[in-house]
Amino acid sequence: MSSSIETLISREYQHGFVTDIESDTMPAGLSEDVVRAISEKKSEPAFMVEWRLKAYRRWLSMKEPHWPNVTYGPIDYQATSYYSAPKTKTPLGSIDDVDPELLKTYAKLGIPLYEQKMLAGVAVDAIFDSVSVGTTMREELAKHGIIFCSFGEALREHPELVEKYLGSVVPYSDNFFAALNSAVFSDGSFVYVPKGVRCPVELSTYFRINSADTGQFERTLIIADEGAYVSYLEGCTAPKRSTNQLHAAVVELVALKGATIKYSTVQNWYAGDKEGRGGIYNFVTKRGKAAENAKISWTQVETGSAITWKYPSVILQGDNSVGEFYSVAVVNNKQQADTGTKMIHIGRNTKSTIVSKGISAGEGNNSYRGRVQVLPRATGARNYTQCDSMLVGNRCGAHTFPYIEVGNNSAIVEHEASTSKIGEDQIFYLKQRGLSAEQAVSMIVSGFCKEVFKELPMEFALEAQALLGITLEGSVG
Amino acid sequence: MSLIEIKDLHATVSDKEILKGIDLTVDAGEIHAVMGPNGSGKSTLAQVLAGNPAYEVTGGSVTYDGKDLLALPPEERAQHGIFLAFQYPVEIPGVSNAYFLRAAYNEVRKAHGEEEVDPLEFADFMEEKLALVDMDASMLNRSVNQGFSGGEKKRNEILQMAVLQPRLAILDETESGLDIDALRIVADGVNKLKRPDNATIVVTHYQRLLNYIVPDFVHVLVNGRIAKSGGKELALELEDKGYDWVTSGAPVGAGAA
Ligand SMILES: Nc1ncnc2c1ncn2[C@@H]1O[C@H](COP(=O)(O)OP(=O)(O)OP(=O)(O)O)[C@@H](O)[C@H]1O
Ligand SMILES: [Mg+2]
Repeated sequence: MSSSIETLISREYQHGFVTDIESDTMPAGLSEDVVRAISEKKSEPAFMVEWRLKAYRRWLSMKEPHWPNVTYGPIDYQATSYYSAPKTKTPLGSIDDVDPELLKTYAKLGIPLYEQKMLAGVAVDAIFDSVSVGTTMREELAKHGIIFCSFGEALREHPELVEKYLGSVVPYSDNFFAALNSAVFSDGSFVYVPKGVRCPVELSTYFRINSADTGQFERTLIIADEGAYVSYLEGCTAPKRSTNQLHAAVVELVALKGATIKYSTVQNWYAGDKEGRGGIYNFVTKRGKAAENAKISWTQVETGSAITWKYPSVILQGDNSVGEFYSVAVVNNKQQADTGTKMIHIGRNTKSTIVSKGISAGEGNNSYRGRVQVLPRATGARNYTQCDSMLVGNRCGAHTFPYIEVGNNSAIVEHEASTSKIGEDQIFYLKQRGLSAEQAVSMIVSGFCKEVFKELPMEFALEAQALLGITLEGSVG
Repeated sequence: MSLIEIKDLHATVSDKEILKGIDLTVDAGEIHAVMGPNGSGKSTLAQVLAGNPAYEVTGGSVTYDGKDLLALPPEERAQHGIFLAFQYPVEIPGVSNAYFLRAAYNEVRKAHGEEEVDPLEFADFMEEKLALVDMDASMLNRSVNQGFSGGEKKRNEILQMAVLQPRLAILDETESGLDIDALRIVADGVNKLKRPDNATIVVTHYQRLLNYIVPDFVHVLVNGRIAKSGGKELALELEDKGYDWVTSGAPVGAGAA
């Protein structure tokens, strides 16, 4: 009975089932015609197709980035299908019109789409593959002038808002994956909270990839007008698949003067099997721009995906603006994550806080990559970064790549980092009190992540904690 | 039937033999003291009984409550009523003492087919337990053992014992780090928790503790074996004459009478 930490057992991915639904899927391949066809299928306004085409042409001239600390085989972009919609009657008038198969899927996922979330006061914009199929509490939100709908609907009903803000934070030329997304994005969510309005409920979206070999290109745009407040929750699950699936989402947050946007993610996409086969490639661009006195706060719990490449960032444009990034990233088996944030201090007295908790188990590899940039006019800028890694077992890895550039000598930038190993003695202590190995690990890890969990809305925090347990299940004996 | 029966127990750590044939029988309602020089294997015995995987059992048997104890994983031993108050309690940063205690309490309840308790019920339950070890409720909101003083850690162990109400409690040098007042409080707690159907093994270096927790039997562990056993007066004799007295003489009959 020597060290038990290395004993691995495994549990099949809980959400690894496939829904039997007819999909309207485009043939594989990407060209200007495909881009036009996507736009046409969605009856988009003219400016949109032009924007997509510009993005596509730009993308052709770009190279896939290989600086992240992850490895994977070449992606054949021509072998991917860029559009897949569940075949249902459109448009959907009410939840009752939603394909019952879909509703069953949500039930299996434990997503209380209609009743429970309603009771809990959460409006849900559920995304199945690429097209939104159900939206609740629209009327309640409409009373406050809040727009919460699918991206497609926003393009039809509020094209002026989309045109004004789309690409204002993440331009289509930003990076390879953002350009690809800009060209082919299928759907996503759109939120607009008017001046001075505090959104009375947490807005919540669930994503799920279903069709085989279909790239998923979500686009989310959230605008909080002056003095507005909104908290947005994003949660993802995906069924088990044997081939890798590319996911390249873009999220743009616009916080105007004095506005606050809180964006929370729990990401639990299929991570691949123990050998590292299958699993989602999660290459995401998330960025917010904060005007004067505005605040943008990212909280993420990343437990899924084979590869995660993601840096939710804040451009602290206005004076006194605040940026926050709270992150838990867990990798097990052969998962790889390269995640972190960028805080770009442009305005005076701007403040940013970064708390990153990386947990590596199995043969997982976890990298924190962060950039804190203080521009010359950002007098009085402050950053505090705390970056902690926890190792479970001996075959996993933790890496940190902090980049700090300070162009104003009144700035105060603090960076703290630590690496710890989950101790056999801690696990034994908890077992001696009657807890199982899984409970013990989940408790120790939750304790480690406490500072991040407390940033999540309550029910989300519990979900996240449970997910951590599931993800690390089998990483100790 | 004895609560626990240890027969010719051998155990190694890092391939070094530490326990070299322990025989010890404890009946319900008894308190046994285990004494012995540093490094003689007292903590090893405690850890082996609790199922620490760092120690390898290489021979012998342990029957607990009619079951083969060595075949059970540590959490099941705990659920069946084995409790170890650690010589060096472990810190769990970020996990509140209250949350931890309730999780442990619920696991033990579940194992007995009882309902889990919610945080409110548990808070009521804890009031009396805190009083038992004279601990402030604020300790419940702190991370498990983190930043606790040596004495607070030991008190926290006894608090856990009070919550889990074990059938066999093994206290490994619980007195170390305690001031005189705390010693009395802890000993009082242990005495109050004594019932006809449970038993306690007290590992200690000091006769002093045994003035408060009066043992039915005292065993002297030397070099991985029980070299001498006797009644509570043996502790006084040891204090007087030192361990040399035991090691130089021929080993007397091992195990409790
Ligand atoms: N993990 C380990 N690796 C190597 N040796 C160990 C380990 N744990 C214990 N030992 C050794 O086993 C022997 C017995 O240790 P143990 O802790 O059981 O003694 P003890 O009787 O409790 O002593 P003390 O009175 O000092 O607490 C010691 O020589 C100790 O160094
Ligand atoms: Mg000891």
